[in-house]
Amino acid sequence: MSKTVIQVNNLGKQYRLGQVGTTSIADDFKRWSYRMRGKEDPFLKIGEENDRSKKGNSDYVWVLKDINFEVKQGEVIGIIGKNGAGKSTLLKILSRTTSPTIGEYKIKGRVASLLEVGTGFHPDLTGRENVFLNGAILGMTKIEIKKNFDAIVDFSGVERYIDTPVKRYSSGMYVRLAFAVAAHLNTEILIIDEVLAVGDAEFRKKCLGKMSEVSKVGKTVLFVSHEMSAISSICSTGILLSNGRIAKQGKIDEVIDEYLNVFVQKSTSRYWNEGVRPGNEVMELISINLINEFNQSIQAVSMGQKFGVEITYELKEDGVRINPGVTVYSTSGQILCVSMPESDKIITEKKVYKAICWFPETLLNDGTFSLRINAHTFYPTKMHFDFQDIIIIEVIEKQYEERKYDYKDKVLGLIQPSLTWEIK
Amino acid sequence: MQQKDDWDIIVRPKVSLFSINLKEIWVYKDLILLLVKRDVTSVYKQTILGPLWMFIQPIFATLIYTFTFGQANLPTDGIPALLFYLIGQTFWNYFSECLNKTSVTFTANSAVFGKVYFPRLVMPLSVIISNLVKLGIQLLLLIIVFCYFYFSESSMEIQWSLLFLIPFLILLLGVFSLSLGILFSSLTTKYRDFNFLIGFAVQLLMFLSCVVFPASMFKGNIQLLILLNPVAVSLEQIKYIITGHGIFSIQHILISYLVTFVLFLFSLVIFNRTEKSFMDTV
Repeated sequence: MSKTVIQVNNLGKQYRLGQVGTTSIADDFKRWSYRMRGKEDPFLKIGEENDRSKKGNSDYVWVLKDINFEVKQGEVIGIIGKNGAGKSTLLKILSRTTSPTIGEYKIKGRVASLLEVGTGFHPDLTGRENVFLNGAILGMTKIEIKKNFDAIVDFSGVERYIDTPVKRYSSGMYVRLAFAVAAHLNTEILIIDEVLAVGDAEFRKKCLGKMSEVSKVGKTVLFVSHEMSAISSICSTGILLSNGRIAKQGKIDEVIDEYLNVFVQKSTSRYWNEGVRPGNEVMELISINLINEFNQSIQAVSMGQKFGVEITYELKEDGVRINPGVTVYSTSGQILCVSMPESDKIITEKKVYKAICWFPETLLNDGTFSLRINAHTFYPTKMHFDFQDIIIIEVIEKQYEERKYDYKDKVLGLIQPSLTWEIK
Repeated sequence: MQQKDDWDIIVRPKVSLFSINLKEIWVYKDLILLLVKRDVTSVYKQTILGPLWMFIQPIFATLIYTFTFGQANLPTDGIPALLFYLIGQTFWNYFSECLNKTSVTFTANSAVFGKVYFPRLVMPLSVIISNLVKLGIQLLLLIIVFCYFYFSESSMEIQWSLLFLIPFLILLLGVFSLSLGILFSSLTTKYRDFNFLIGFAVQLLMFLSCVVFPASMFKGNIQLLILLNPVAVSLEQIKYIITGHGIFSIQHILISYLVTFVLFLFSLVIFNRTEKSFMDTV
């Protein structure tokens, strides 16, 4: 059994909301006077659960409460949760940039935290000087940096600019160099906060590859991200935070499922009540749903699963030809494809219809896609309704290890259709 | 299972007063050196005169002092006015720049401190050292000016036997400014009121630090007050050692060391308490 390298006991963090001013100095005096009399801090007893959307009664909130977990050596643990769930605070505490209000944690080994890339980069210094400075800030010694210098420059791919001040760099080059330093840290534990959300696709792939490589040599990684595909591809276990508490921990698949099904605001189904239904005198839209092959609503799609977009509408006038249309967009706004039903499938009798657009098992690669859904009658062209980003599809590739190819890392591209191969 | 003592880091909300981890600072010595290098090299980037500015600055200040205070006929203890003000200016500059920079340790570095952990004391230490480099360069100017007066005026006698004390007096200036600086930076993380105070305080301190007046100008209690001030003592003793004019007293130096040491310990405790959670209040 591998040994425990991080142990967190009853960790909690309390913040005071509002501004620093006369009220806070009054509270400080109260706290100080209690401490002088040997009593417990009076503000630790109060404080509410952290829910940013609700108005509370107290100025004190617990952004983290009752956090207990252990991390074993070599584990890659993903921390997920909504905005404001306490993920970053947890990482801040574990990377020692702030201290907990209550509780304690213990760590074995050197820790490097990457809550940001390029911390301490000085714009006037050259790339070379910044590599040394940044490496030292992250806890490397000069000798270690020297030893890895060529590898860092090589990984970043900015060799040509290495003796130019970094303020002349493009933002992409800056990030590449900064991540390259971080990727060559020689510590036993790495704490990473969404730094991968930068750089171009090629570089991101390199980063993800580097991270899974790092875990293979026995290093422990704590990783926070909103990108489920990145989390599920490199993490083995996960922690789901909700309002400052641990909502679920365990195998990464289960944690992600819980997150997507319970916590993500549903953008996989829409329903309109009578009276507010979009449309016109000929037709009205009732609902749009993302469904699986058994016609059940789903929140996310596993790669290899057949799924459909179900558009329910009412035709209010006989003889009108309704052409529903589905347009698939990538997150960068690129159109992947447009689809509409064949002419002979369109029925013009007035009643409620379900139009289902089925996606084959192997089409979309893992990632997030957004759908634009509309309905037309052509020649003369009339648009009945049109919704941009009405459905968001999250396609998740569960475990690369189970893939039927030799290659077990992230496959590039927006689509991953199963093309037929012949090797003679 | 686990033995209690094989954890490398244990973090709890409350820590003991003197949990300064000197070993940890030693681990980060490369960082200190790189920060010093950064400070020294980045200041004069994109200037044509470059490090020459280090000389131009004290020359101008000295000329201004010589003109203004010289006109007012203030005594200079028999030292040529230009040299008197240049000595004062050079060492006072070291002190005040260290103080100004270290007193914003937390506020100026909050971006870095919020993202990465390293012993926070690394930052003010690097400031003290990089200013020491600057002082070293400015001392060249001082030596040149000094030689001119030494060979042209007969009244100056270098106290060769006391020359070894100069590094200790510079150290005193450095540690004293570090203590005041980290104390102020800790006090200003949550309530910024002290920020307004420090500007006045530095100006006031300059007049009480024998930069433009010799200590002998004051009598009685005020002189005593001045001699409790480590900056005044350092400046006065340095002047005495290289010119032979003024008052020399080993007691004054020892008292200054004591004052500085007590202040340093006190500041360290406050700094250490602040660094744990200043990110939440800065």
